[in-house]
Amino acid sequence: MIFEAVIGVEVHAQLRTNSKMFCGCGTTFGLSANSQTCPVCLGLPGSLPVVNRTAIEMAVRAGLALNCMITENNRFARKNYFYPDLPKGYQISQYEDPICQHGWIEVAVGTVTKRVRIRRAHLEEDAGKNVHGTGTAGSRVDLNRAGTPLLEIVTEPDMNSADEVVAYLKGLRDVLMYLDVCDGNMEEGSFRCEPNLSLRPVGRREFGTKVELKNINSFKYVKDAVEYEIKRQTKVLNEGGKIYQETRLWNIDRGETAVMRSKEEAHDYRYFPDPDLVPLQLNHEWVEGFRSSLPELPAARARRFVSEYGLPEYDAGVITTSKGMADYFEVCVKQLKEPKTVSNWVMGELTRELNNSGTDITASPVSPERLVDLLTMVSTGVISLKVARDIFPDLYRSDKTPRQIVQEKGLTQVSDEGALEKMIESVLGSNPTQVEQFKAGKHQVLGFLVGQVMKTSGGKANPGKVNELLKKKLVV
Amino acid sequence: MSLHKLGLVELHKKFTAGEVTATEIVCAYFLRISQVEPKVKAFVTQTKDAAYRQAEELDHKLKVWRKTHRLTGMPLAVKDNICTDGVPTTCSSRMLQHFVPPYDATVVSRLRSQEYILVGKTNLDEFAMGSSTENSAFGPSRNPWNLHCVPGGSSGGSAAAVAAEECAAALGSDTGGSIRQPAAFCGVVGVKPTYGRVSRYGLIAFASSLDQIGPITRNVSDAAFLLQAIAGHDPMDSTSVDRPVPDYMKALQKRDLKNLKVGVPVEFFAEGLDSEVEQAVRAAIDELKQLGAEIKEIRLPRTDAAVAVYYVIATAEASSNLARFDGVKFGFRAKEAKDLLDLYMKSRQEGFGPEVKRRIMLGTYVLSAGYYDAYYGKAQAVRTLVCQDFDAAFKDVDLIVTPATPTPAFNLGEKSEDPLQMYLSDVFTISVNLAGLPAIALPCGFSKAGLPIGLQLIGRAFEEDTMLRAAHAYEQATQWHLKKPVIR
Repeated sequence: MIFEAVIGVEVHAQLRTNSKMFCGCGTTFGLSANSQTCPVCLGLPGSLPVVNRTAIEMAVRAGLALNCMITENNRFARKNYFYPDLPKGYQISQYEDPICQHGWIEVAVGTVTKRVRIRRAHLEEDAGKNVHGTGTAGSRVDLNRAGTPLLEIVTEPDMNSADEVVAYLKGLRDVLMYLDVCDGNMEEGSFRCEPNLSLRPVGRREFGTKVELKNINSFKYVKDAVEYEIKRQTKVLNEGGKIYQETRLWNIDRGETAVMRSKEEAHDYRYFPDPDLVPLQLNHEWVEGFRSSLPELPAARARRFVSEYGLPEYDAGVITTSKGMADYFEVCVKQLKEPKTVSNWVMGELTRELNNSGTDITASPVSPERLVDLLTMVSTGVISLKVARDIFPDLYRSDKTPRQIVQEKGLTQVSDEGALEKMIESVLGSNPTQVEQFKAGKHQVLGFLVGQVMKTSGGKANPGKVNELLKKKLVV
Repeated sequence: MSLHKLGLVELHKKFTAGEVTATEIVCAYFLRISQVEPKVKAFVTQTKDAAYRQAEELDHKLKVWRKTHRLTGMPLAVKDNICTDGVPTTCSSRMLQHFVPPYDATVVSRLRSQEYILVGKTNLDEFAMGSSTENSAFGPSRNPWNLHCVPGGSSGGSAAAVAAEECAAALGSDTGGSIRQPAAFCGVVGVKPTYGRVSRYGLIAFASSLDQIGPITRNVSDAAFLLQAIAGHDPMDSTSVDRPVPDYMKALQKRDLKNLKVGVPVEFFAEGLDSEVEQAVRAAIDELKQLGAEIKEIRLPRTDAAVAVYYVIATAEASSNLARFDGVKFGFRAKEAKDLLDLYMKSRQEGFGPEVKRRIMLGTYVLSAGYYDAYYGKAQAVRTLVCQDFDAAFKDVDLIVTPATPTPAFNLGEKSEDPLQMYLSDVFTISVNLAGLPAIALPCGFSKAGLPIGLQLIGRAFEEDTMLRAAHAYEQATQWHLKKPVIR
């Protein structure tokens, strides 16, 4: 039988607030255990939560960017379960009346664009972390992360393939990073995704039994895990077996999923409205204020880069992934009307140096102005493209202007015809065989001769000019 | 005259006049405590050393610069479910027997900034669940009027300590009557403020939507004086309300009740009401009339549902509030647990007493999948109706007067085997918590057996001033509060 995969995704995005969801403790990752705690996030008896206004703002902005309805009268609920990393014995979350509902996001896979519906996005607090020692060292609990604000974003089961899931997740992550509400770091767990997946025979409307996947911390694992699970379920069904409703963990080393818990072990969370927090009334004008100040989002910006600058879709997609990169690109293009050249440099040399030094583009040592200076020297023929590439690492590592570097190294391009002709004469004189071949009709040797001239000039000759002059000499 | 005989306001006057030092006050109170505490058993923890130290510091400071605050040198007791930095806060539970909070409840930090002196932490029914203090893991407190009787609960320790003059005044907490019922049983004054009037931050929660901290005092002006010290918005408690606090002492100055309409709900004078109590309360209503109040009969038809609603909502919230006591982070941890689940089960089994377990089970049940709508959902809906009853009544009247309890204090052990009978002792106080209204219990007579009888006045939300004014006028006219127990 031919099956169709039906996939929905839950994402937990950690919001980039300075303080936690319900107390004033900091949210910095990786500090010494339990150093960022207070009576509230430790769940000490008698302590009470107070909502972080910035987290609400971020959730509203994310919701608006995801085309959600903002629930102006939303409230928090308690999700009750026991676990050592959960200090109060319940998590403050939202159940009925989540802050964002009924949104959508457009996702491109290949040439097809698809709309993935967002069912809801709600605010909640993160749990802490259990740290297990070896032998008799026992287990310890680190509550630094406890109380960190999360936005849980839940889709409708609108995806049908691993590629669509990855495209959705990338698109969502881009949006959240654009809004600066989430740092998108999957390894540190700031952007965690849990796909749920079922199969059904193609053409049938009813859903099959759903399996939830956990422990996936990169886009590659998302793709691997979803593809594995589709194969696994297909095999089970084709062999007449039964899919059980369960949560499965992705095992990176073995490249397969394994049961973590079955439906029978599922909790009854006994959600009820948290009496410690009054319902949250969002002022309509306040919400609308955020709508009007939303930045242009990645998908729209990519479309504009194609139409306005004539960038290839691939370039537009890559550059708009990061708001910083897109901003950088646009500053450059305002000064140098060569969008494709700029995009090549931004995606190539600049990105390579930034990656190597682990620097964000907003802190790039090569400012848009300096890059434009360099590229202008190429387009006006002062230096060759090759020289520009060669000196870029120097530009990145010093605060000199491109012109200074070129002058210091004596790399200014030679365009003077007299000087070039001298070099050409000398090259022609020492390569009589190739000259004969050209004259006999083998025009491919022109490239070789240009190369020789460039070599003689130490790379400084203007290759266009050399080409032109060489042809003139040979054709005569 | 022994200093322990003075109420809060009087003592404060004497102190600010320089007639007595903080050290003398502390000496007098700990002498009194040493005499009566072995019989009354009001305290879980006494903070004698710290109190002496603090008194000396205050006296020393005052020699240099004579500036006093509202509570400077005033010896107060605090119910042992309100967190005190560095002083054990046990909730009278084995679970928290050795728990020392690293922070002060907001009310405590307010008292501290007004230079009060903590005498000790008072006994309660475990986690404030009960009406007699018999559910304390450390043994029951006694009623100073008759040591064979319960002091009421859950703030029984605070009420007993005030009645026995072991402190100038005390703080209690009231979830379904836990300030007013023991105040009535012990012949003292207890105020449950409007929900949101006093910060709950640092009050170890029983039922978050009902809990409220309030004063237990020897008379109404002391209550007004102490309420003033703790009332007001707290940014640490989202349910505390940001609105100005009236001058309660000033409100007491008006001694007549002209232009005040007082409602008498017929439902509160039904079967189960002790005849001596009814008589005393009827007499009190006549007295209010004498003072100029207009008395109107009113109806609060959902009164009969209040106890049921309360025991669904309060237990539901409690089941969640008490989940943090799991043996992992603080409080009691069972020894020799096999694994995590065993640690949870053993710690909770051994750490909690039977009434707490009963309520956790009930609360867990009413929130469970498949039962939520029928119990918790329904209870919330009926709670709204109870509120509407009061809203409607307060369109016609300014205050509601009722008995505080159906009977005077009962004997130790009399109801401890019958939870339902015990629950019904809060029948007159519970609906006030459901509606979030302010109410005061104050003495209005004595039974033939010599036990105090309590009157309850219920006010509109945030109108504690009107409520206190009426209570004060009644108190001054009747003088029941001047009668003191002989502890033997």
